[in-house]
Order: sequence, then structure tokens, then C-alpha cells
Amino acid sequence: MITVTNIEKSFGQKKVLRKISLNFEPGKTNLIIGKSGSGKTVMMKCLVGLLEVDKGSIFYHDRDFSAMNDKERKSIRKEMGMLFQGGALFDSMNVEENIGFPMKMYTTKSPLEIRKRVDFCLERVNLKGVNKLSPSELSGGMIKRVAIARAIVLQPSYLFCDEPNSGLDPQTGNLIDDLILEITHEYNITTIVNTHDMNSVVEIGDKVHYIYNGELWWSGDKNNILTATNTELQDFVFSTELTRRLKT
Amino acid sequence: MLLLEQAGEYVLLMQRALSKPDKWAVFRNQLMNEFTNLGIDSIGIVAIISVFMGAVVSIQTAYNIDSPLIPLTMVGFTARQSVILEFSPTIISLILAGKVGSRIASEIGSMKISQQIDALQVLGVNPANFLIFPKIIASVLINPVLIIFSIFMSLAGGYLIAQLTDLYTPQDYVTGLRYSFSAFTVFYAIIKTVVFAFIISSVSGYHGYKVKGGALQVGQASTNAVVHSSIGIILFNLILTQLLLT
Ligand SMILES: Nc1ncnc2c1ncn2[C@@H]1O[C@H](COP(=O)(O)OP(=O)(O)OP(=O)(O)O)[C@@H](O)[C@H]1O
Ligand SMILES: [Mg+2]
Repeated sequence: MITVTNIEKSFGQKKVLRKISLNFEPGKTNLIIGKSGSGKTVMMKCLVGLLEVDKGSIFYHDRDFSAMNDKERKSIRKEMGMLFQGGALFDSMNVEENIGFPMKMYTTKSPLEIRKRVDFCLERVNLKGVNKLSPSELSGGMIKRVAIARAIVLQPSYLFCDEPNSGLDPQTGNLIDDLILEITHEYNITTIVNTHDMNSVVEIGDKVHYIYNGELWWSGDKNNILTATNTELQDFVFSTELTRRLKT
Repeated sequence: MLLLEQAGEYVLLMQRALSKPDKWAVFRNQLMNEFTNLGIDSIGIVAIISVFMGAVVSIQTAYNIDSPLIPLTMVGFTARQSVILEFSPTIISLILAGKVGSRIASEIGSMKISQQIDALQVLGVNPANFLIFPKIIASVLINPVLIIFSIFMSLAGGYLIAQLTDLYTPQDYVTGLRYSFSAFTVFYAIIKTVVFAFIISSVSGYHGYKVKGGALQVGQASTNAVVHSSIGIILFNLILTQLLLT
């Protein structure tokens, strides 16, 4: 469980997050949705400590993450996995080394044990036989899957995904979404997903939080988002021809 | 003002970079890689430049000795002194600033813009330490080796001229090389090289680390890395020479 209380974040004069409070629940995919520039990425960066909040607090269970320094955060970070928008695989390492890297850093496991775990994670994301390829030899969908494998290698309690299916075709995007959902339920992970893809929302939105203009505007789930009456939310949800047709 | 701000950022970054590595086994691997990237890969260019440098210095010295009162053994002596004191440590370090500095800045810079540095941080790794520290240590250890190698290659260049021309004889040259040798000059050269190596790797690491934006900014960072480490080298060359040779 991650508890966020009244967080605020500005860049200079520009207020990006305004007094946001919410909970992210374990074993569920918690989606943050909103249009481009609404502050989703900034919010996620605050949660993982890549940005510092100006006000408010972020608790991981009962640990006050927002009040810690980088050294103190280390223990929580070992429980985090993050899937970056572009994958952020390490160029200098091949697939196997990328996935095994967190283990190499934080465990005393032997190379053979690491290798086994890497193979297990690769299989979990439906990839095989790519161990020795370098990131530049992978397709966009494969990069995302390898990045997921790296994010789950240490069996995280918290998984952060920034736009996991952006830049992918709808089918591959669905596969990635399903994968995130399965992993979340299987290992009881507190998963937070940034997205502006309505398809993901109705597929995997155990919890959905709509951010509008830096404020938390609406919270619900995939079952009641389509019938919500909030105007700004409706504008977002029914912004495409496809979703408009669904409505009528 | 900008200069002061950058200097401040640089010091803060170095504070984070110069600390105990998270895991020694990983650090050892990185160090070995950097020895190759920053050292072994530079051997070729150092060899070529040094041979030509030594040859030119020797020819110019021979050309300038027109009085019959000055023995031609002075060629070897002068070549040795100028190569050890200045040409190898300073010129080769400047060349390395260009070659190694741009490499470090663009490597770290491209990791920054593709969020690889963020990924390290979320993993709980101290990215400044993880990326910059092995490069600094590798440079500081390997550059003196390159400079000693450069000194030998330069002096060989002078010898080559003795063989190929009749400006001076090999015997004159070798006698000159051995004349009144002081080990302190080599010590001075190594001290300079170590300081220059630190400047190159840390300044370039800094420029790579603070990249914001895209590929264009990575290119700019790598230019800045070369320019600023070269200026640093020139500046500290003067300071160290004042301190050590007077
Ligand atoms: N480092 C920064 N410095 C200044 N402003 C920033 C910074 N990062 C983000 N912003 C601003 O914060 C606002 C929110 O950005 P953010 O990246 O969170 O949007 P987003 O919701 O993730 O959008 P998208 O869906 O396009 O990824 C934007 O207006 C952006 O300009
Ligand atoms: Mg974003």
C-alpha cells in the first residue's frame, strides 16, 4: 500500500500537482489517467523519488518515503521495479545482463542462479532465446518486455509503469497490459500504471484515478468509468470516435 | 556567474561520485572495461603522435644548434628534457582530453537522455558513483602508463631521425639522452598526468551527467567536455609547474 497525502509540486511558477491525496492498493493495477501534460509522469517520478515533492507526504506502508534521503530510501527501492516509457535498458549490457543486473547488485547469488532467474523472468514475459541480444537489436515490444523482466527480477512489492503500451500496436499493447495485470495479481504487487489509452483502462483498470490539470478529479474503476457523469472525465473518455460510438 | 554555478554543481557531483562503490565485484568488472575503453584503445594514437613529436623536437633542436661550440649531444638531452617535462604529459593529455573526454561525456549523456540514469537511481544505485567513479580511477591509473609509453616512443622518434638523416649520429643522441638525468623530471611528469587524468574524466563525466534534452545536447556536452578539460589542463599545467619546478 502506498499512501499519498496532499502532495504538491511546481516547476518555477508552474503548478503541476495540486494537493493530491490517494491510496494505491496492493494486488491491484492502479491506473493514473489524464491527458498529455496533466502531470502523470511528474506524479510517478515523485512516487519513486526521481523528483522531490514540495509539500505533502508519501508513505510506503508505514515508512515515510518523502522524508528520507537517498541512502535511507535504498531499502524501499530494492522493493521497487519500474518500467520506463522508452524501456531504459542499459545499452552497454545484453538482455541477460540487463535483467540480471539488479540481482548482481543486491544479492549474493551465483552466476548460475542469476542465469536461472533471468531465464524464468524472460519466460514469464514470453520471450525466449534472446539472452545474448543487445537492446539495439530488439523491437519496441521486446524492449518493453525485457524492461518488465528486469523490473520483476527481484520480486518487487511495488511496480511502476509509465505508459507501458505507448508506441506499440494495439495487439502488442494488449499483451503488455495483460502481462502487467497477471503479474500484479500473481505476486500481489502494488502496481501503478500511467496511461492515456482508454483501451488499457477498460481492460486492466482495477482502480482508476483521473488527473485533470494537476488535480485528482475522479477515482473509480473500469466498471464505472464509462457511466461516470463528470464532464471533464467524459471529455477524456469519449474523446475518440470509437469510444463515442460505444456510448450510443 | 554561470561559471561559479557550474563549479558548484561540479563539486557537488564529485562528492557523490567519489564514494565507496555499492558492490566491489561489479566495480572491479567496470574498472577492467574502462581500462580497455580509456587506455588500451588509446595506445595506437599515443604511439603515432609520440613518434612524430619526438622526431620533430629532435630535428628542430639540431636545426637550432649552429654554433660549433655546442655539441650535438645536446639534441638528445634537449629532446629528453622537453619530452618528459612537457610534450608527453601535456600534449598527450590534451589529445586524450579530446579522445577520452568526448567518449565519456557522450556515453553518460546518452544514458541520461534515455532514462538509463533514472533507472539506476530507482534501482537504488548511486548513478554518479556507478558511472563516473570507475572512469576516474581507470584514467588516473592508466594515463601515467600511457605517458611513460609516450616518452619512450617520442625518444625513439628522435633516434629514428638519427638513423634516417645525418643531422646528428645515433651515438650523439644516445649520449645526450643519458646526460645528467634526474628521476625527478619523470616524477613531475607523472604527477601532472595524474592531475590531468582526474580533470579529463571528472569534467567530462560532469558534462555528460548534466545533459538535458536530446541528441543535440549530448553533442554539445561532449564538445564542452573537451573544451573545459583542455582549459583545466592548461591551467593546472601552469600551477603545477610553478609549484614543483621552482
Ligand atoms: N523537469 C521539469 N521542469 C519543468 N517542467 C516540467 C518538468 N517535468 C515536467 N514538467 C511540466 O509538468 C507538466 C506535466 O508533465 P508530465 O510529463 O507529468 O505530463 P504527462 O501527464 O506525463 O504527459 P504525457 O501523457 O504527455 O506523458 C508539463 O506541463 C511539463 O511541461
Ligand atoms: Mg508522461
